Amino acid sequence: MAIVLDLLVQFGQMFLVLALAPLLTGFVRKVKAHLLRRQGPPLVQPYRDLLRLLRKEVVLAHTASWVFRAAPYLIFATTWVAAALVPTFATGLIFSYAADMIAIVALLGSARFMLALAGLDIGTSFGGIGSSREMMIASLAEPAMLMVTFTLSLLAGSTQLSSIAAFMQGSAVGLRVSLALALVGLVMVAIAENARIPVDNPATHLELTMVHEAMILEYSGRHLAVIEAAAFLKLLLYVSIIACVFFPWGIAVSGQGLAAYLGGVGVYVLKLAVGGFLLAVFETAIAKMRVFRVPDFLGAALMLGFLAALLLFVTKAG
Amino acid sequence: MDQLALDVAHLFAGGLVLVSFMLLYQDRMTGLVNVFALHALVVSSSVAWQANIQQAPHLYITAAIALAVKAFVIPMALHRIIVRLGIHREIDPVVGIGQTMLAGIGLVALSIMVMLPITAQAGTLAREDLAFALSVVLLGLLMMISRRNAVSQVIGFMSIENGLILAATGAKGMPLVVEISVAFSILVALIVIGVFLFRIRERFDSVDIHTLHEHRGEQP
Repeated sequence: MAIVLDLLVQFGQMFLVLALAPLLTGFVRKVKAHLLRRQGPPLVQPYRDLLRLLRKEVVLAHTASWVFRAAPYLIFATTWVAAALVPTFATGLIFSYAADMIAIVALLGSARFMLALAGLDIGTSFGGIGSSREMMIASLAEPAMLMVTFTLSLLAGSTQLSSIAAFMQGSAVGLRVSLALALVGLVMVAIAENARIPVDNPATHLELTMVHEAMILEYSGRHLAVIEAAAFLKLLLYVSIIACVFFPWGIAVSGQGLAAYLGGVGVYVLKLAVGGFLLAVFETAIAKMRVFRVPDFLGAALMLGFLAALLLFVTKAG
Repeated sequence: MDQLALDVAHLFAGGLVLVSFMLLYQDRMTGLVNVFALHALVVSSSVAWQANIQQAPHLYITAAIALAVKAFVIPMALHRIIVRLGIHREIDPVVGIGQTMLAGIGLVALSIMVMLPITAQAGTLAREDLAFALSVVLLGLLMMISRRNAVSQVIGFMSIENGLILAATGAKGMPLVVEISVAFSILVALIVIGVFLFRIRERFDSVDIHTLHEHRGEQP
């Protein structure tokens, strides 16, 4: 009976993230529009887009192979599984013991691999450019993310996100410069991975700047809907990781009962709103950088991760 | 010494290493001078905090000297030099910023690897300070060899001096006389270097030290 309840809560979390993901993207767009003194689309616009795309027919290029057709579902599945592993409103859910933060990085890496393959599959030059740029970004963003993971695990003694969140809630953390470095590094990685403004512009199809949009240019209909949903989920996943590791307050612990879970959901939605608001403000305040500056930006994230781990090493030895 | 006091000392010393990296990352002259002022501010906060936890009042004077001279006087003088030379956008790194940062990471790892074993008997605070101070010194040297512009080399030189202050503070303080004479020699060095910069410019129409190599007849 207990395991059924655990599974129910786990599935509740999976469907909660799926339901909230388009809302978060809609919220970021709305705040950005307001900051530019525009009305902006309504908050539910991403849901409407997804529904409309699902109803439209799929237009496939003659050169498309099975990779092109299979990729959207695989990307969505891996991203969703990764999102199921992150503690959102409660730690210690049943799936979170199956995999740690390194597994989440690996799942997102395989999603990216399939997206790049799909970009190359049709054989258009746009897709190729997008894939090669995505791989350039990934080759620096992934090690940076791993360095942040190692920093956190040195500190908490575990790579499990639930254990890290539990450690961060305790009083043993103290004042650590490494944590600040890891937070800044993780935020930079999140911005690059989600194709947000200094790295890529999610709102344009200008060929000089686009990375993510270039790879999915040939998709239409339900394939496009699934890829878009995966992109929304990825943004939510990164905000959730940052929230649960660095701001774990108000998160429920598994087995505390319905009231604690509901409180956790409320706090989680609040955290997402704050994260989305900060992202929108940041994106409005900063200009898109040249593609060839991106390695410097991500190199700085990687360096912050390294430095955080090294500083922690000194403290441990001292 | 309680844990929080140690954590704050760690925060300032680690912050100094971070600001050294920010110096390497800058690609504008004005930004470089501003980050150098931040470097001096962090070192003086670090020294002041250690004066507090070591109960060593003379270190407050060291902190005050570092703050006044290196966070205000020298950056303002450098800003004036930059404006008069008209070089506020030039940095001219010898190799790319990315490679310089990677080399910097290697140097920090090296200094931690060297310092932790040989200071095994010392207290926690002194060990951390020495490891971080060696990193700051090596990063300053890296900055001096990886930049062509003479003004960036001056800033690299001054950041080395900040690292030395951190090392001296961790080793239960240094005599005040030494600190005052070091501060004045830094000021004198700034004046000499300032005069020297204008002489180089007069002679070669540039502050790129590359031209000096050619003048000496060395092949670049």
